[in-house]
Amino acid sequence: MTTTAPSPAPAGEGRAVGKNSPGSASGKSRRPGRIRRIGLPYLLLLPALVLELLVHLVPMVMGVVMSFRELTQFFIRDWTSAPWAGLDNFKVAVDFDAPVGQALLHSFFVTCLFTVLSVGLCWAIGTAAAVFMQETFKGRGILRALFLIPYALPVYAAVITWVFMFQHDNGLINHVLHDQLGVTDKPSFWLIGDNSFYALLTVSVWKGWPFAFLIVMAGLQNIPKEMYEAASLDGAGLWQQLRRITLPSLRPVNQVLVLVLFLWTFNDFNTPYVMFGKAAPEAADIISVHIYQSSFVTWNFGTGSAMSVLLLLFLLVVTGVYLALTSRGRKTSDV
Amino acid sequence: MSRIRATAVGAVTASLALAATACGGGSSTGGGSNDSPKTLTYWASNQGASIQVDKKVLQPELDKFEKKTGIKVKLEVVPWSDLLNRIMAATTSGQGPDVLNIGNTWSASLQATGALLPWDAKQFDKIGGKDRFVSSALGSAGPEGKDPAAVPLYSMSYALYYNKKMFKDAGISKPPTTWDEVVADGKKISKNGKWGLGAEGSNLSNNIHQIFVMAKQRGADWFTADGKPDFTSDGAVAAVKQYVDLMAKDKIIAPGNAEYAQNQSLSDFSKGKTAMVLWQAAASTFKSQGMSEDDYGVVPAPVQSGAPGTGNQVNSMVAGINIAVFKNTKNADGATKFVKFMTSDEESKLLNKTYGSIPPVKAAQNDPAFESATTGVLKDTLAKSAAPLPQVAEESQFETAVGTAVKELFADAANGKAVTTESVKAALTKAQQSMPNK
Repeated sequence: MTTTAPSPAPAGEGRAVGKNSPGSASGKSRRPGRIRRIGLPYLLLLPALVLELLVHLVPMVMGVVMSFRELTQFFIRDWTSAPWAGLDNFKVAVDFDAPVGQALLHSFFVTCLFTVLSVGLCWAIGTAAAVFMQETFKGRGILRALFLIPYALPVYAAVITWVFMFQHDNGLINHVLHDQLGVTDKPSFWLIGDNSFYALLTVSVWKGWPFAFLIVMAGLQNIPKEMYEAASLDGAGLWQQLRRITLPSLRPVNQVLVLVLFLWTFNDFNTPYVMFGKAAPEAADIISVHIYQSSFVTWNFGTGSAMSVLLLLFLLVVTGVYLALTSRGRKTSDV
Repeated sequence: MSRIRATAVGAVTASLALAATACGGGSSTGGGSNDSPKTLTYWASNQGASIQVDKKVLQPELDKFEKKTGIKVKLEVVPWSDLLNRIMAATTSGQGPDVLNIGNTWSASLQATGALLPWDAKQFDKIGGKDRFVSSALGSAGPEGKDPAAVPLYSMSYALYYNKKMFKDAGISKPPTTWDEVVADGKKISKNGKWGLGAEGSNLSNNIHQIFVMAKQRGADWFTADGKPDFTSDGAVAAVKQYVDLMAKDKIIAPGNAEYAQNQSLSDFSKGKTAMVLWQAAASTFKSQGMSEDDYGVVPAPVQSGAPGTGNQVNSMVAGINIAVFKNTKNADGATKFVKFMTSDEESKLLNKTYGSIPPVKAAQNDPAFESATTGVLKDTLAKSAAPLPQVAEESQFETAVGTAVKELFADAANGKAVTTESVKAALTKAQQSMPNK
């Protein structure tokens, strides 16, 4: 605050002078002007920094502090008075012989499998669609707009529509699979039991692939057409062009894309919560909802915070390793 | 340029001011003040068919209150799915409404947070004394021996609703009174796309309400006398198995009901797809779905044998909504006056009549409106054969843990997996182990 304190007065003064005679304002005093010029970027950054502090850092630090406390409904009115728990919350979370730890571990594995499949499919479908859309043909614009609909729709409305479609008795999915195509011998359950995993995966991929499509399409714009022309002159087919030109050129784009998709999918709360509510079926017990349930439904905020901290550490490690590996790979390939 | 700078300075000042207020909140203790005696905020739970309906019902009453006392009440109707989270957030921040509705099964859990004003004898005297209220309703306002954290506002109980025509078509002359009869009648009806009984397998609270009663009928409670979870007693296991078996073994509940959580079973009943449903005050819903009152009958919910009563003959939980005062209120006197107004004989009659519930106020219950075929059964049940859910601080955790276990067992039943005593016991053991240690 001390560095910015002098600014308001000259700023006001400057404006008053500037209004009357624009030319004289800068010439009048060079030094304060320079300070102002140097200080301005910081001044402009300050609101963002303060908000970042309030919205992200403070809650994060509070979450870490909470994870070391025995925070239940008895103390939430004044959480600072909750007794110190030391590492107890963490011990409960990772005690894989006890139900809480077991459930967390199960949820973790479900989330890993879900994330790998969802990101993989999103990427594959998005890339295939983007490559396909490179060709000019009639109706390309309309098709491109249609592809982006899932990305543009509000999550809640879209997912709740899927829930209707997945319903056992009146849902469209069973109507098509069972009544019309006869693929299943009886209507299946999609929102409870083991199938719920596939239902969740379907919605997640449907919701996620247009983003991959958008990013890959942007990446494709940067590949010079001459490379393809030269390659086809040398006799390279479509598949070889894809393998030798398109994919390697997309590498930096894909590096970011996969990381973002991974973080979004791993932490996705809205899709499973809207689909299954606060008690997800075991097969689709995604970790973000699991932690929400541990904290807010069973009112065990301490344990929930500990789980969140563990999740944060895991994601930090994975992201770090991923970035280290991919950027090292890039350096060697550059050489 | 200079204008941008001025804007920047303004933005910085604003964000710093925001930071200051955010940090300066703190938590206050004590029982509220009278700093703003002219206004009140009221969070009403969603009782009617929609939030708009509730606003229409309540606003004229709030205007009446303002005319009487000069206190303006700002109303917000909160949907059920949000209410508990909203209360928790208000508790944490200390910034809540002055007066609020709570589900009566949360009484003990919310009392434990210390966010609600306790209703001791002196406080009760301000609204006409404890004796004005029905004792079973008061029993669901907090643990025995502790001052209740809330006052009963609307009371409800479970009853068995049955479709007269479907019963007649199946050749059944009178509605069932025991579970055996429910199963026998249900089997006669369950064919050709029609089913005997409806259930809400994915609705955790509803699951709890049903298995609580079935366990009571076996003399089993879900918590020991000193408040420890006791989910795996023989009575509790048998109760859960009996409930899930209605779908798994007896096959009188349609498998699709395993994923119901949005009152779909009521629509099925209205459409004549299921012949029976166990529900609390469903008349207004059936009416809104086009069912006439002559189409269905209402009888007491079933017992294992004999007739409903106390002890093992319990056939309903004490359901209902309570009204509470937030401890941090800036208008403690006004809030108390408002509770007095809402629980007055006249308002109690009027509001409960509108919502199809039963007044927990003794004097209001005598109104002939609560003697009708539908509400008469609910009223009798409340008076004679209903028991409050366990009044322990961990009640809401119990609802989640055991409610989810029942949901998973229903999912097994629907998918054709075996539901055995062992699998029920394993699910309940897991639920018990996930409860926080005391």
